[in-house]
Amino acid sequence: MKNKIDYSSDWNLDPAPESTGHIKLKKKYDLFIGGKWVKPKSGKYFATINPATEQKIADVAEAGQADVDAAVKAAKKAYDTVWSKLSGKERGKYIYRIARLIQEKAREFSVIESLDSGKVIRESRDIDIPLAAAHFFYYAGWADKLAYAFPNRQPKSLGVAAQITPWNFPMLMIAWKIAPALAAGNTVVLKPAETTSLTALKLAEVIQEAGLPEGVVNIVTGYGKTGAMMVEHKDIAKVAFTGSTGVGKIIMKSIAGTNKKSTMELGGKAANIIFEDAPLDQAVEGIINGIYFNQGHVCCAGSRLFVQESVYDVVLRKLKDRMESLYVGDPMDKNTDIGAINSKKQLDVINDYIKIGKAEGAEIYQPKCKIPKKGFWCKPTLFTNVAQSNRIAQEEIFGPVLAIQTFRTVDEVITKANNTPYGLSAGVWTDKGSKIFNLTSQLKAGVVWANTYNKFDPTSPFGGYKESGHGREGGLHGLEPYLKFD
Amino acid sequence: MSRIEIVKTYKIYIGGKFPRTESGRYYQPEANGKVLGNICLSSRKDFRNAVVAARSAQGGWSAKSAYNRSQILYRIAEILEGRKNQFIEELIQQGSKKAQAEKEVDLSIDRLIYFAGWCDKYTQIFSSVNPVASSHFNFSVPEPTGLVAILAPEESGLLGLISQIAPTIAGGNTCIVLASENKPLCSVTLAEVLSTSDVPGGVINILTGNRKELIPHFAAHMDVNALVYSGDNAAEIKSIHEAAVDNLKRVIIRDGGNYVSDKHENPYLISSLQETKTTWHPIEKIGAAGSGY
Repeated sequence: MKNKIDYSSDWNLDPAPESTGHIKLKKKYDLFIGGKWVKPKSGKYFATINPATEQKIADVAEAGQADVDAAVKAAKKAYDTVWSKLSGKERGKYIYRIARLIQEKAREFSVIESLDSGKVIRESRDIDIPLAAAHFFYYAGWADKLAYAFPNRQPKSLGVAAQITPWNFPMLMIAWKIAPALAAGNTVVLKPAETTSLTALKLAEVIQEAGLPEGVVNIVTGYGKTGAMMVEHKDIAKVAFTGSTGVGKIIMKSIAGTNKKSTMELGGKAANIIFEDAPLDQAVEGIINGIYFNQGHVCCAGSRLFVQESVYDVVLRKLKDRMESLYVGDPMDKNTDIGAINSKKQLDVINDYIKIGKAEGAEIYQPKCKIPKKGFWCKPTLFTNVAQSNRIAQEEIFGPVLAIQTFRTVDEVITKANNTPYGLSAGVWTDKGSKIFNLTSQLKAGVVWANTYNKFDPTSPFGGYKESGHGREGGLHGLEPYLKFD
Repeated sequence: MSRIEIVKTYKIYIGGKFPRTESGRYYQPEANGKVLGNICLSSRKDFRNAVVAARSAQGGWSAKSAYNRSQILYRIAEILEGRKNQFIEELIQQGSKKAQAEKEVDLSIDRLIYFAGWCDKYTQIFSSVNPVASSHFNFSVPEPTGLVAILAPEESGLLGLISQIAPTIAGGNTCIVLASENKPLCSVTLAEVLSTSDVPGGVINILTGNRKELIPHFAAHMDVNALVYSGDNAAEIKSIHEAAVDNLKRVIIRDGGNYVSDKHENPYLISSLQETKTTWHPIEKIGAAGSGY
């Protein structure tokens, strides 16, 4: 009986690739320190590749201790002599300029982002880059209004902020870091993740073009070692990190006993909860978006699905049908839903977890879709027959792998959902308002999406409970981590 | 012949009950050359018992209406007012001058009243409706961090203690307090006040004992969400930061000292023990293009 569309043959879309002809990339990138491009004193460079083709895009400098020292020195000088003396209004105008320039170069930024990270052009074009610009716009306006944000308190800037950003939303996370730091009157040394340095370096060009005073933003590229040098530097007043809980703990240990303020935006293992009275078709879209958005490289991904038993069969059927229609492949194609896994290393991690899931006795399902031969790819994957104690239900996989469990009662699912050291996000699907508020108030998570998932906005505070980190990014709440008070 | 005095046994306060320390140990702090009493030298096991009590009380305490929490804090102040003289005597025993002791007790009562008033107000100060660009209703509210371990200030045995407890519980957290090692009398008497003030058992747990011995356990316990430290001992602060990393508990360092100052009266003492939760929900736009989902 054939009553379903076979997406692998019946519905072949013509390729719709975004062109790459308009982007300007250098073959080799130096460090951006004190408003200038400087060669790394370490003398070292490393290649950044396109994870969809495994081809090299450019060489990027690896900053060593002397380079980090120079960057911090430049940031400190800029803070002491220029930035801390500037009025909030003028600071704001510089940030507005950056926002505008990102908007003007949005197409170039999105293409570079997709080339360097493997994320699909549809997402970098519609989400990452517009939101990054919006973040700068939002915080630009705060720069001269800080006194209104904290009743009866006088906010003051901190000094130099060391900021370390992840590879999953390279440009967007940079915006989350730099925009509030500058608005609050701090200067910045930022290190992007080693697999996705290019939009950060492109942003350095924007910063030059915006005429930002030298040294206010310094961008140094490199691996974790470089990040450690930044964090441990004595002239750093603030550490802001987005990444894994494991690395977050190492950073927190290294700044123990110092006065360095910190924001940690770490891992998650979010519960996405579907009740029998939910709008099921929308809920299925929400599950798909929750776990397969950005190849599942999302700290707040809805990686644990809880389905009420009475609708389990129908939800699973709809979910599998929907998975069959997902396009996996060329990130530059505007029709693609799931792009390339960011790196070989991450692909290995994901494949290990898929093996672990099978070994633990869970049942795997993957759609029939084809995947390209070259590059790093993982089919959208779900596991059923998952136990609460299974590693795939406990640990962050950071890939397109969903662990499905069932529940009967509200109290049961609350207990299961909260039974994790993480507490970043959660999702709830039901048409009953009182049930939503019961759930949203009892789930221990910093962001709760009700009848929606994976939505972000510069005005909306984001951050975790428990081992998902501390501090908030976004909104008025996102200013506080960059300020001190008497 | 004069009457033989009854010498009081000072016990710890866990889950609304007054057990002796399971360790069977005690110590004898002195002031003005006189022994203050036999005080429990609490152990790691006492602390763990307190964590269990505080954790099981947490859900109920945070779920109480803000109005009710406010009334309970006010009730503590009322009961304290009725037992003023006992606290003044104990403070004098611990080395305070009479006028100083009277002032400390008055301020302690007033500070409770101050935070009682905040219970149903800070949420409005720290909440926001966020004007997101998409078709969603989006708001952020503070929620209690959960279970808070408090290392009470060493020098201010009553006012310092209350200045740490009040904002913690006003914000819906439960707590375990290590009292001042050298000035522990008021903490035990405060426990007696608490047990008759409608504070549910387990919301506030008070231990006495040796700071050096207990700090590592306070800082490292995996079911403690936050730790408040009052003081400026750099070595202690560093060791607390390091031990707190294992479950990323929030560490709040407050400079102790001068509890008389009104710097100890502000809602930021509450918000520092809160988490911000942001909730999103679509707004239906009838007839409009695009879906909020």
